[in-house]
Amino acid sequence: MLATLRCMVMRDLTLAMRHRSDVLTTVFFFIIVVSLFPLGVGPEAALLKEMAAGVVWVAALLASMLSLTRLFADDYNDGTLEQLLLVPQPLSLIVLGKVLAHWIISGLPLVVMSPLLGLQFGLEGDELMMLMVTLLLGTPVLSLLGAIGAALTLGLRGGGVLVSLLVLPLYIPVLIFGAGAVTASAAGMGADGHLSLMGAILLLALVLAPWASAAALRISVE
Amino acid sequence: MSEWLAMGGHGLYIWGSYAVTALFMIVEVILVVRRRRSLMQRLGRMIRMKDSEVSG
Amino acid sequence: MFNLFKYASPASFYPLAGRLAMGFGIASVILLVIGLYMSFFVAPTDYKQGEGYRIMFIHVPAAWMSMLIYVVMACWAAAGMIWHTRLSSMMASSLAPTGAMFTFIALWTGALWGKPMWGAWWVWDARLTSELILLFLYVGFMALESAIDDPRRAARASGLLALVGVINVPIIYYSVQWWNTLHQGSSIKVVDGGVETSMSEIMVWTLLVMTFACWFYTIAVALTRVRSIILERESGASWVKALLQERKS
Repeated sequence: MLATLRCMVMRDLTLAMRHRSDVLTTVFFFIIVVSLFPLGVGPEAALLKEMAAGVVWVAALLASMLSLTRLFADDYNDGTLEQLLLVPQPLSLIVLGKVLAHWIISGLPLVVMSPLLGLQFGLEGDELMMLMVTLLLGTPVLSLLGAIGAALTLGLRGGGVLVSLLVLPLYIPVLIFGAGAVTASAAGMGADGHLSLMGAILLLALVLAPWASAAALRISVE
Repeated sequence: MSEWLAMGGHGLYIWGSYAVTALFMIVEVILVVRRRRSLMQRLGRMIRMKDSEVSG
Repeated sequence: MFNLFKYASPASFYPLAGRLAMGFGIASVILLVIGLYMSFFVAPTDYKQGEGYRIMFIHVPAAWMSMLIYVVMACWAAAGMIWHTRLSSMMASSLAPTGAMFTFIALWTGALWGKPMWGAWWVWDARLTSELILLFLYVGFMALESAIDDPRRAARASGLLALVGVINVPIIYYSVQWWNTLHQGSSIKVVDGGVETSMSEIMVWTLLVMTFACWFYTIAVALTRVRSIILERESGASWVKALLQERKS
């Protein structure tokens, strides 16, 4: 079982590394979106500090949305997706492998970059750490739920916009708890409740999302 | 009558919400019925075309 | 024995849907008239809110209907995927527009009721916010269904989306509830529908009548729409041809 998972992840990572620019575009989109807000809202530190978590989280949501359509599109176009459906291993495991690779490409860089952007908004040490932890817990859920949307809208014209329309409402709990954890810990209320709930959502998504995307793939590829 | 319409000062809100609700419900019924009628005509025409091809 | 699956075939369901739609349509009109009469002339003036609370008689049923329809839609979608009956997914897609309409009405009447009660058109109250998210789910369902040309794939894809959505509705509702209580300080002190707790007997009856009216209305509209969907999808079938012949003569 783990062999298939590892092989899928390695395959997708090598494919992604071939055209490295995709990884960079996601990260730079994230940085640009976050840097736009002070320009729009004004530079005073108190206001920026208060909305930092929300801004970084919404930007992370949009950035992970950006690369979702490519998750299955390349395999769908050159036909490898049909072969993947015929593989004896369970399809949800293969989907989990692809989602893991997508998370490593688009989710992990956001987690690594988030302290840098937090500084831009005047966040201090432990808040930055909390921001990283919540993003670490949250971005996999974004990739997992996003995979369902990507699988459903495979090969549709205007699929990119459609994915965001389908998947954004499902991201809302993760956004609420992620941003809420940072503001709660900043206000000294402690964020254990938020983090445990995010962990619960992550586990739920880990179990259900690959199965749902596998079902969606079978529907789309028929 | 006008005092009743004023609804104790909340007239705008009450009639605003009921009017929009009525509007949406009526428009939806009209849309459904019109969709059905145009569909019937279209299918009728299609079948007449097929019959004329067969018999022609 | 009454064979339930006899009505699973579109051909035999089509005439039944016609009769049901007519029946429920008339029943909903009657109930609506009674309900409106009760809500304006029978229900007493509320001691706290005066006349403004009468919006409740349309807001609450619409909100209930929007949630109920989404769950019913998900059930039909699930049935369609389990038994592969095309008719069930047709029922799901025929319910979506009415559900979206009721969600919008619930938001619109909620805002108009909120203005005199809370002093603002839009309040980030937990229920209003989750109602807004429910509207996004409806729009997502309909957008996905119209984006796919092949009807079979459209039905199953939107069915799966409805199932994924219905699992998320409680999660979204409770996270919004949590979020609302967390930021209670910043938003306007929400009066938890004071009217509902101290509702007199007549108000409850009026609410029930209006809810049933909306329910029957939904059934009537959905059945009529599903008949059109059946005709569109089965236009090649012979029974459609026979039906049209007999209608024309």
